[in-house]
Amino acid sequence: MSDHISSAYDEDLAALKQMLAQMGGLAEEQLGMAIEAMARRDVDTADDIIEADEKIDALEMAIEERAVVTIAKRQPVAQDLRQIMVAIRISSDLERIGDLAKNIAKRTHALSGGAPRRIMTGLKRMGHLALEQLQDVLDAYSSDNADKAMEVWRNDEEIDALYNSIFRELLTYMMEDPRTIGLCTHLLFGAKNIERIGDHCTNIAENIHYMINGTAIEEERPKKDQTSMTPFEVPAK
Amino acid sequence: MNDATGSVNAGIPLSAEEMSKIAPGLAHDIKIKSSDVEVHYGDKQALFDVNLDIPANQVIALIGPSGCGKSTYMRCLNRMNDTIDIARVTGTIEIDGVDIYQKKIDVVELRARVGMVFQKPNPFPKSIFENVAYGPKIHGLAASKSDMEEIVVESLTKAGLFDEVKDRLEAPGTGLSGGQQQRLCIARAIATKPEVILMDEPCSALDPIATAKIEELIDELKQNYTIVIVTHSMQQAARVSQMTAFFHLGYLVEVGETDQIFTNPQDKRTQDYITGRFG
Repeated sequence: MSDHISSAYDEDLAALKQMLAQMGGLAEEQLGMAIEAMARRDVDTADDIIEADEKIDALEMAIEERAVVTIAKRQPVAQDLRQIMVAIRISSDLERIGDLAKNIAKRTHALSGGAPRRIMTGLKRMGHLALEQLQDVLDAYSSDNADKAMEVWRNDEEIDALYNSIFRELLTYMMEDPRTIGLCTHLLFGAKNIERIGDHCTNIAENIHYMINGTAIEEERPKKDQTSMTPFEVPAK
Repeated sequence: MNDATGSVNAGIPLSAEEMSKIAPGLAHDIKIKSSDVEVHYGDKQALFDVNLDIPANQVIALIGPSGCGKSTYMRCLNRMNDTIDIARVTGTIEIDGVDIYQKKIDVVELRARVGMVFQKPNPFPKSIFENVAYGPKIHGLAASKSDMEEIVVESLTKAGLFDEVKDRLEAPGTGLSGGQQQRLCIARAIATKPEVILMDEPCSALDPIATAKIEELIDELKQNYTIVIVTHSMQQAARVSQMTAFFHLGYLVEVGETDQIFTNPQDKRTQDYITGRFG
């Protein structure tokens, strides 16, 4: 895309993009640390994460303000308008991702009693998948790559599938030994948080597609998370 | 559409009813049909192979950089190019299915049917009343003095000017403010009961308030007229028109619903122009 005749306009748009990249970098860092903190039950790191979430929130505000000023001053149309709209939307997805990472970090405290190794391995894998999705979608954004965004969009299935199996496994644990219910509930929420992060990455991918092509993705969103429809059967005594 | 995280909401299919509400262009008859229109000024070709259908009771905005051919095209619609000796128009332009370039067409009558408003308000150096009455008089549209009064009042009312000038219809038209003069010119154009109104940058000499009034007027006028407007203001084109046609270097590059042109133009040249990127 060639430059605007007004170079200040280009600077406005570049600033938005740069702030978003910064915000994405922070969210990525927070998520990566949260997964590690949970896996290692490292409460100190967890507390750092909880504290650092403010920075992400502040960036979201700053992006919104900058976007509003740019709209007011430039009356953007076509791709410029889409770019600004999408910057606002992506920043709100990133803010949610930051919140979810914070939430995972908070659960680290609750998990300090120890958890089944297999579950922790599954959860960690799920976390890394989500982190990878986030990295890829941010790459797709900064390189204006709609194909890469589509890849992320399709890959969400994998996280959903993993979430399904973790969900079932946790149910089994809880049924077998009610003393694990407290722990397993925290793990379940942790897994759900990661699953939501995957959904936010999918949202971001959809927005990138819209920003570049001006249309929504036409395919049906892949959805493998069936936990909300999983029946819970109490074993007969 | 999906879970609680929300999603891009563009591109949701609409029902026919919703569609006709937001894109009424699709539901209208064709008023003006241009086929293979080309214009030469002497050896220089100014317009290349323009095919454009203009729907009735709509506002179509013609946009493009200076010298792109948009005004040349518009002037074909009431044969204003006839007044330029070296101009040669080929192709066909039909209004309501009638070729306006055929020999038997009375050009004076055509221009009464296809009125025009110019960039700079140009009232005659006569009274407000006579400015509006002039057209109907030469076209013999008023049988009596009271007929004529009725036409003048109606035209001034439609142009949103009557209340401001009703006590001084005998005052000179040139004494009005710029915005009022432009509305007087619109009243003058609609006094001959045209079907089409051509507007060549009608607001470029006006302040924002006067511009808003003219735009409001254009929106009302489209109920009764088909309006073609040439404008250099992207925002104005976006505000007042239902269809937008983008011209570049004498070619019609892209035409479509205004909502689409300003959110998702299909041609890169259109995109570059409306976003302010033309180099």
